[in-house]
Amino acid sequence: MERIPILKMGEFLLVTIQVDMHDRLALSLQDDLTEQIVKHCAKGVLIDISSLEMVDSFIGRMLGSIAGMARLLDAQTVVVGMQPSVAITLVELGLSLEGIRTALDVEKGMAALKSAVMENEIADDDGPDNPNV
Amino acid sequence: MTTVQTTQTFELKASDDIVAVRQAARRLAVSLGFGIVDQTKVVTATSELARNTVDYGGGGVAIVETVRNERTAGVRVTFEDHGPGIADVEQALADGFTSGSGMGLGLGGAKRLSHEFEISSKVGEGTRVSILRWK
Amino acid sequence: MPKKGKLSEVFTKRDAEIVSQWLENQGKITKRVSPSEQNETTRASKDFMAALREATKDGEISDISGREWEPVKEILSELSASRAKAGYSPSETASFVFSLKEPIFSILRAETQDAVALGEAIWEATTLLDKLGLFTVESFQKTREEVIARQQQELLELSTPVVRLWDNVLALPLIGTLDSQRTQVVMQNLLEAIVATRSDFAIIDITGVPVVDTLVAQHLLKTVSAARLMGADCLISGIRPQIAQTIIHLGVDLTNVTTKATLADAFAVALRRNGQAVVKTKKLVAKEAAEA
Repeated sequence: MERIPILKMGEFLLVTIQVDMHDRLALSLQDDLTEQIVKHCAKGVLIDISSLEMVDSFIGRMLGSIAGMARLLDAQTVVVGMQPSVAITLVELGLSLEGIRTALDVEKGMAALKSAVMENEIADDDGPDNPNV
Repeated sequence: MTTVQTTQTFELKASDDIVAVRQAARRLAVSLGFGIVDQTKVVTATSELARNTVDYGGGGVAIVETVRNERTAGVRVTFEDHGPGIADVEQALADGFTSGSGMGLGLGGAKRLSHEFEISSKVGEGTRVSILRWK
Repeated sequence: MPKKGKLSEVFTKRDAEIVSQWLENQGKITKRVSPSEQNETTRASKDFMAALREATKDGEISDISGREWEPVKEILSELSASRAKAGYSPSETASFVFSLKEPIFSILRAETQDAVALGEAIWEATTLLDKLGLFTVESFQKTREEVIARQQQELLELSTPVVRLWDNVLALPLIGTLDSQRTQVVMQNLLEAIVATRSDFAIIDITGVPVVDTLVAQHLLKTVSAARLMGADCLISGIRPQIAQTIIHLGVDLTNVTTKATLADAFAVALRRNGQAVVKTKKLVAKEAAEA
């Protein structure tokens, strides 16, 4: 079965989704990514969806899951290259992709990842608010 | 008066079938000369409902058609299953994506993405949903 | 099957006379006619008469939905279409058919001795021509609607320009009323421009939009949301006091959108967010010092 290739770029991982994904492929992508994040101590994941002509709630949930899992593993996620027609349809569909960072293309996505990583490190130093203090 | 020009039926049993149905919908939309946004809306709505049929309807069929009326042409997709049915259709349509209850995720969205939307469902018997988008 | 009546007979025997009288009448109604238009009318009239003769020869006078009436209707459709495009009024166009009544009536009177038969024939003629006249008006309407639709499309394409204000900042000055169809085109154009110019910021200026109702406000919100999904930031400027009131009264939630009264203000915000600022050069500093 084909798997979506994951490229290592410095401390980041780059994933390019080009095919019309079915469930098994999406699940294996999540598995592979989490494995690779840990293996390479990756600080960020860039998901390039510029070839995707459709994003439905399933793919939306997948992106959300990836961002969530990555965060738990101390990696930031940015989704790049959403096509205008996809964006318009998602808005109409009511899917907000809240909590998922987005950027126009890979270059801007990388810049966004770098600043997200920095922000995260600063936040780490401060720590989350302790409700008992 | 809406007339059917072409019709294709697909079995919806597993997630691979979802891809086949939405690709068929895409092909038809392209062949009718739909703009890119309209194409995407048809395909996305189809994907949502196809997924519902597989995940909640226990599988079923999708009938993909090109239709015509006096003014223009359109793509219509009808989903039929013999699953548990929907007890409260109004509720299912109103549920947003955050509800987590499942069924509502696709229905309301698919309706918003379509020009015409019909649904009939009976608990214990099954569900039939039809969406249509004109060029 | 209706019997072959007086009307059909008259169409067959006296058609040439009817046409010449008819053309004379038409000339009285439609004033400004160029030679080519006159030729077209003459030809159409002769063709129409011939088609009318064919259609009525088997006796069907009242029901124009049958196949034998297709050629007649086709001539009327063509004529209506060309007149609609040429700027004729609906009346002038329909008069093509209605002006045929007089010559038919006078010939019928000359041909028919029996008062009852005459009455019947005139009734048949007038009913038939009324139907054909109405058909002409409807064809005319349809063509006019097609012309308007095409012009609207062209207007749409002309009036939604996306302007590149600065590196990374686009502006979309909207002018005129925003209906559903126009807004969708506008949205698409803006989003595609964002991708093409790789701009992180887009300012939608609505100074030139006279009315903002719920639908317009929703469309604006959708555009902002879509741009955000793509990774760009969208601001709205040009909110006039009345518009601000309308938006609040409509209950539209713009709290998550940056809104500014002027395009200039929005531009300044975009620049700052982009990490840029407008500074005084030495030249300006010197000028101000000299003027002090």
